[in-house]
Amino acid sequence: MNSIESAVPPPRSYLDDGHSLRSWLFTHDHKRIAILYALAITFFFFLGGFAAMLIRLELITPAGDLLTADAYNKAFTFHGVVMVWFFLIPSIPATLGNFLLPMMIGARDMAFPRLNLFSWYLYMIGGLFTLAMLVLGGVDTGWTFYTPFSTMFSNGHVMLTVVGVFVVGFSSILTGINFIVTTHSMRAPGMTWMRLPLFVWAMYAVALVMVLATPVLAMTLSLIALERIFGVGIFDPALGGDPVLFQHFFWFYSHPAVYIMVLPAMGVVSELITAGARKRIFGYRFMVWAIVGISVVGFLVWGHHMFVAGQSMYASMVFSILSFIIAVPSAIKVFNWTATLYKGRIDFNAPMLYALGFVGLFMLGGMTGIFLAATALDVSLHDTYFVVAHFHYIMVGGSVMAYLGGIHFWWPKVTGRLYSQAWARFAAILMFFGFNLTFFPQYLLGYEGMPRRYHEYLPQFQVLNILSSAGASILAVSYLLPLVYLGWSLRHGPRAGPNPWRAKGLEWLTDSPPPTHNFEVTPVVNEGPYAYEDA
Amino acid sequence: MSTESAMLAQQFDDAAQQREASALGMWTFLATEALFFGVLFAGYTVCRVRFPAAFAAGSRHTDMLLGTIETAVLLTSSCAVALALRDVQLGGRRVAAWLLVLTAALGLSFLVMHGFEYYSEYREGLIPGIRYTQQGPLAGPMQLFFCLYYFITGFHSLHVGIGVILLLVMARRTWRARFSAQYYTPLELSALYWHLVDIVWIFVYPLIYLVGRAG
Ligand code: HEM
Ligand SMILES: [Cu+2]
Repeated sequence: MNSIESAVPPPRSYLDDGHSLRSWLFTHDHKRIAILYALAITFFFFLGGFAAMLIRLELITPAGDLLTADAYNKAFTFHGVVMVWFFLIPSIPATLGNFLLPMMIGARDMAFPRLNLFSWYLYMIGGLFTLAMLVLGGVDTGWTFYTPFSTMFSNGHVMLTVVGVFVVGFSSILTGINFIVTTHSMRAPGMTWMRLPLFVWAMYAVALVMVLATPVLAMTLSLIALERIFGVGIFDPALGGDPVLFQHFFWFYSHPAVYIMVLPAMGVVSELITAGARKRIFGYRFMVWAIVGISVVGFLVWGHHMFVAGQSMYASMVFSILSFIIAVPSAIKVFNWTATLYKGRIDFNAPMLYALGFVGLFMLGGMTGIFLAATALDVSLHDTYFVVAHFHYIMVGGSVMAYLGGIHFWWPKVTGRLYSQAWARFAAILMFFGFNLTFFPQYLLGYEGMPRRYHEYLPQFQVLNILSSAGASILAVSYLLPLVYLGWSLRHGPRAGPNPWRAKGLEWLTDSPPPTHNFEVTPVVNEGPYAYEDA
Repeated sequence: MSTESAMLAQQFDDAAQQREASALGMWTFLATEALFFGVLFAGYTVCRVRFPAAFAAGSRHTDMLLGTIETAVLLTSSCAVALALRDVQLGGRRVAAWLLVLTAALGLSFLVMHGFEYYSEYREGLIPGIRYTQQGPLAGPMQLFFCLYYFITGFHSLHVGIGVILLLVMARRTWRARFSAQYYTPLELSALYWHLVDIVWIFVYPLIYLVGRAG
């Protein structure tokens, strides 16, 4: 059936395949959809970042002088909702994953291209609801929507927010279905499971988590909507309903969701480190099983968010132990990245710097996770800035750095252009310092007992808070920089050629930018991933 | 063969790959459905363990006769859709199309019966948040039962409604010979979906109508 199209036109890059707005908004090409996503999530990233700036400005002084308590609640809620659902969850999967997954397995497109485009529209619709919520006055429940506050007392725009998150949840379910099916049924000849790049494994695992966890969020949000509309429901303590049940449902989704945010980062970093060290990944099979292990055990630890919410002592013990266990595969990954670097011919280019930043910050975030998983310690650390620092180390230090590292690594493939290495290195290093200056003081603050989610604090916490706010402004600059030099490279950057990093992987075999159907001939795979010379 | 190659999307190499991908996609979607309903069943279980007496009392307010008829109707419709698929696989067309119409009609009658149930519950004042006139010590927690009852059956009925539309579209396509013994993937997937709707009901029926009735 393919042989019918005998007169092959000269390959045209996917970027030249139509320049009208229509050719973008109705595209079925996974590469273009990836770019649509990238534009949208970048917008939301800076919007969420703006809310973060408000928070940090407020916290420069102990008194609540810039924002009222109410406005402050709305700022951190908006920040959390946008950053979690509209930036971090779609970040790597919907952009790099969409772009690279078919290319890495040697396919022409996703299994369901129309569904792929539809999921982008769902994302945009969810985003519009969230923007409407912002414009109409915001919401003050925190990104966690705890009942009964969210159902009976909050007078913010809970419904709009809930609908927005509900819709965007379907976008991630559809992306997940597409990834699973594509990985199963679209692999090129010879691309066996144990030859898949780790990035593909990460996308596969994250897709499983998306597909199995997100429905739970969707139903839980529907139950909140029911309670708000009719004033009755199963989380309502006035009727004998159970608010802790809400927390169970919410974290049954949201703990796996933290792995939705970090597994893709692990996949990206595995690619960057092997390419930058010019070595095979150390312990490929261990890496694969670590990914699978994390996504399975990730479903069994949600109760560590509820140690002080009144769950039974035995439940807490089990959840605590399981949370310790989940650190094991994470640690295996860190060891293997380090071992891959060992005696490598490391090229400290920008992607590598981002990757190294990820490993260090992820490790600090993961280790403080172990602190928090110890029930006795969590009683005093729960709901303090220690928790805030813990998850920002992983999500911002780790995942965002990996996302940017991936953008820098595949930028030549996506756009066909090279960017300024000097500026990119500078931004990566600045980001590392800015990040630590912002969030390390928060560990200390939390350890000394400063609670999260208040707009004022005791005067003795001021010095550390000022340091943190100063760091945040450095961080902001380092996030804006890539916009400038990457944007500049679009016009003025030198042409990249198919494989500027001399990296392995099918995506580097084709032109930069790739033709619409990725490969002129379907590649045949006869070796494992990362076949760098060292063997 | 002609229907088959005309339906091959560009990203696939051959029809077998396309069929495999579509089927896997459907199964994955059904897995998400299991989790959608799973939340509701989990919530039901938790509340029931807390308030066994109120849930038993609530259960006794439901219409067991209608519920049983509905179950029979839905199971029969699942049989009809399976027969329709078999007929197409053997090269049939007309019988299959009529069987699909029958399936949709049974689904529709299921919805109508449910409508009657809801209406009589409305008149008895059993709908929390809209019209709830129950009195006595169990009235409070019994609301939990009814909240879940409406949410679960409502969400299920939504699925039935979507299924009815889907089946009618499939009936039309079957009638117009869009499927053949070689190519019937959309029909097969629709049938899978309909079976899911059926299976979910097999859990709903005992949970809502039967359990606790005797107690
Ligand atoms: C090494 C594995 C990890 C362990 C043992 C761990 C443990 C914990 C514990 C016990 C808490 C609850 C603290 C409290 O509220 O008192 C927590 C909170 C949190 N963790 Fe982790 N964590 C781990 C990895 C991660 C990862 C990979 C992410 C994100 C990508 C993450 C994101 C979060 C978030 C967002 C919260 C706070 C949610 C909130 O209350 O708003 N964690 N973690
Ligand atoms: Cu967690």
